[in-house]
Amino acid sequence: MTAVADTRAAAPERAGSRDLAGTGTLLRLALRRDRVMLPVWVLAIGLTGSSALGRMKSTYETAADRAEVAHDMNHNGSMRSMLGVAFGDSYGALTAWRVGVFLAAFAGIMSVLLVIRHTREEEESGRQEALSAGMVGRRAGLTSGLLTMGIANAAVTLLIAATLAGEGGAGALALGLGVGLTGLAFGGVAAVAAQITENARLARGLATGAVGIAYMLRLLGDAAEDGSKGSGHVLVWLSPIGWAEYTRPFANERWWALLLPLAFAAVLLAVAYSLAGRRDIGAAFFPPRPGPAFADRSLHGVYGLAWRLQRGTLLGWCIGIALAAAGLGGVSSGADDIVGDSEKNREIIERMGGTQNISDAFLASMISILGVVITVQAVGAVLRLRSEETDQRAEPLLANAVSRLRWAASHLVIAYLGPAVILLAGGLAAGVVYGAASDDLGGQLPRVLGAALSQLPAVWVVTSVVVFLFGLLPAATTSLGWGVVGVVVALGWLGPALDAPQSVLDISPFGHLPKLPGASVSATPFVWLLLLTAVLTAAGLWGLRRRDMSN
Amino acid sequence: MTTAISTSGLHKSFGRTHALDGLDLEVETGEVHGFLGPNGAGKSTTIRVLLGLLRADSGAVQVLGKDPWHDAVELHRRIAYVPGDVTLWRNLSGGEVIDLYGRLRGGLDKDRRAELLERFELDPTKKGRTYSKGNRQKVALVAAFASDVDVLILDEPTSGLDPLMEEVFRDCVIEERDRGRTVLLSSHILSEVEALCDRVSIIRKGRTVETGSLTELRHLTRTSVTAELAGPPNGLSALPGIHGLDIQGKRVKLQVDTDKLDAVLRQLSESGVRSLTSTPPTLEELFLRHYQEDIRDEAEAVAR
Repeated sequence: MTAVADTRAAAPERAGSRDLAGTGTLLRLALRRDRVMLPVWVLAIGLTGSSALGRMKSTYETAADRAEVAHDMNHNGSMRSMLGVAFGDSYGALTAWRVGVFLAAFAGIMSVLLVIRHTREEEESGRQEALSAGMVGRRAGLTSGLLTMGIANAAVTLLIAATLAGEGGAGALALGLGVGLTGLAFGGVAAVAAQITENARLARGLATGAVGIAYMLRLLGDAAEDGSKGSGHVLVWLSPIGWAEYTRPFANERWWALLLPLAFAAVLLAVAYSLAGRRDIGAAFFPPRPGPAFADRSLHGVYGLAWRLQRGTLLGWCIGIALAAAGLGGVSSGADDIVGDSEKNREIIERMGGTQNISDAFLASMISILGVVITVQAVGAVLRLRSEETDQRAEPLLANAVSRLRWAASHLVIAYLGPAVILLAGGLAAGVVYGAASDDLGGQLPRVLGAALSQLPAVWVVTSVVVFLFGLLPAATTSLGWGVVGVVVALGWLGPALDAPQSVLDISPFGHLPKLPGASVSATPFVWLLLLTAVLTAAGLWGLRRRDMSN
Repeated sequence: MTTAISTSGLHKSFGRTHALDGLDLEVETGEVHGFLGPNGAGKSTTIRVLLGLLRADSGAVQVLGKDPWHDAVELHRRIAYVPGDVTLWRNLSGGEVIDLYGRLRGGLDKDRRAELLERFELDPTKKGRTYSKGNRQKVALVAAFASDVDVLILDEPTSGLDPLMEEVFRDCVIEERDRGRTVLLSSHILSEVEALCDRVSIIRKGRTVETGSLTELRHLTRTSVTAELAGPPNGLSALPGIHGLDIQGKRVKLQVDTDKLDAVLRQLSESGVRSLTSTPPTLEELFLRHYQEDIRDEAEAVAR
């Protein structure tokens, strides 16, 4: 252990290494804790590229097919905004086009979750304090968290580069580095977020919000300008996800674009380190303000409490989804200047959006993605019950005149109605912008709003699976709950891109929804989804009533 | 009704761990009942069964004449609970938590709340995470003492309190008793138990090993006797209940089961007593006897 040497060398010039004492031990601890989560993330991101490549080879057999799809897709603003720009028509370039921006975004989310988990969450729980009392330097916690994130992104980079090397080593490396460095950049964002707030939940929200903003900037920029013909729109160049895209893997690589995420990450990491060395363990830069000495009337019971605990998160979701949906609505209105009559393109669009009308198909697939993303809020709201239980806040609460069902209901109201409110906000925003842009507000708003709200039963099924787990398999609720979200998001986001068979897509409740707007609607899938929701929820609550509360 | 809390033959297992192994507990209405035992003896498990948070595998439980598992809500209106490790919500102030708990119980006495805040020197405007361990305990204690309830269940409530606050806590418990409330106090602080409790139950490995008033319990332990005699002692070793007999000429040291003390004194005075000191068992000795049996059992188990 180097720590022994460090304590001897108390001289100022050794201050740097003393700050890092114990990093190796903490890193091993972090890798041990993440021994399941880390490989799952890395493999999911790292192997998607080669899977998409196989799809491309079976779909576009001739050079003419490839040239046609690249030309047609670049020609249409909506398609560019959804998938990014196709910079070339080789199999490698088409693969990078089809999944590149998704992978970069996922690497960003992975990095945020890892960094927050090993930095602010450790401090908030008080575990870091116990560790820091050992031979652990002031910056060791942050460093070990960042190393974990760095290892994950390095593994993703290598996996992508290795599995796609057959299409050209340089392109494979450019795509791998683009994805991995985007991860690093958002890891840097998370590191700073973890320093400025005491609240791990808020830090995670801020940093994933940054990923969302970067995604939207890329999306809007690509919609506005065809980057394959010039240097791209300025909005794209404001986004780390855009930088990865505009590295142009497999299409005359623009290597210097990789310096941008590198520099971005370097600056943020420097800021994070300087903040981490100066502040107290567990503290942040904004000192907590005093609260009221008495509870006001709104905090009258468990419902008031749950609302108080979750309202901030819910508000953040509403604003974020409404902004994203407004952007998507604006982009969709450009979809009508159509792509050409290629049979292949129609197939792609139908697969994504279900109808032959491009702007409907585009809207449908975007709304479906929003629906899938909203499961994160719903599941998070259910898991609040579990964290209240394991953090021993539920127990004293339930020692009062509060039944378990009432306590559960106080959070489940938010888990079930929250997504409805968010979808309403998103549907209104998308509908108003889309309707105004297409000069048909009265006609389009109800269609778009209806399409958004049609996602609700599928969101509820995911929610109720987690309620079921909470009642009957409490110890596994958190890991399995997020696992379910991961599968649903992966299928919803990447399933169509990988051309997964319908039997696989059907695993997700979203696979059973009609693709609205545009598709014909029957009550059957909704009835089944609602029935499933009711059964799972009832079973979960039944289990909760019967089981022991854990501590 | 004279019994506030009663359990008999309570069993509870977590997987292969038998946390409760036939536990009996009787708490009379209006008494302060000490609940003692080494770490892991099953005190908190018992309390969580009494609160209906855990369901006992077998055995009978009644709190205020009701079954805590089935009638939890109704019962909890009349119970205030203070855990040994209070966790608060990060963005709620202490005052808000006190009011919330009050609203979720039978109600809160506003004047008493203000008085308690002052006595415990607690700032109710601070947010959850900024309280120290002791101050988090105070939030729960103020909420409990200001609530209008019949039974207080306190699970090592003074962990983290400083000696001054410990004193305030004791005063509060005594006031609660004077108002006719029943208190179940789980504690490791023996002076606290000695000062407050009318009766105590000692549990070990999920079973009640002793229960009664402190005087009764003392009776069950040994008194140390040191005597200097006029002549050499005789017949002492034949007496029942004597332990660690040590005779050096006319000096005698021994320990005797307290209920056998009389016979020993009579035997000693036959030899003529020059001086005599007799020390009653301290509370520590009382408990250590039980705690040490645990340690000894464990050592034997390891040796095996």
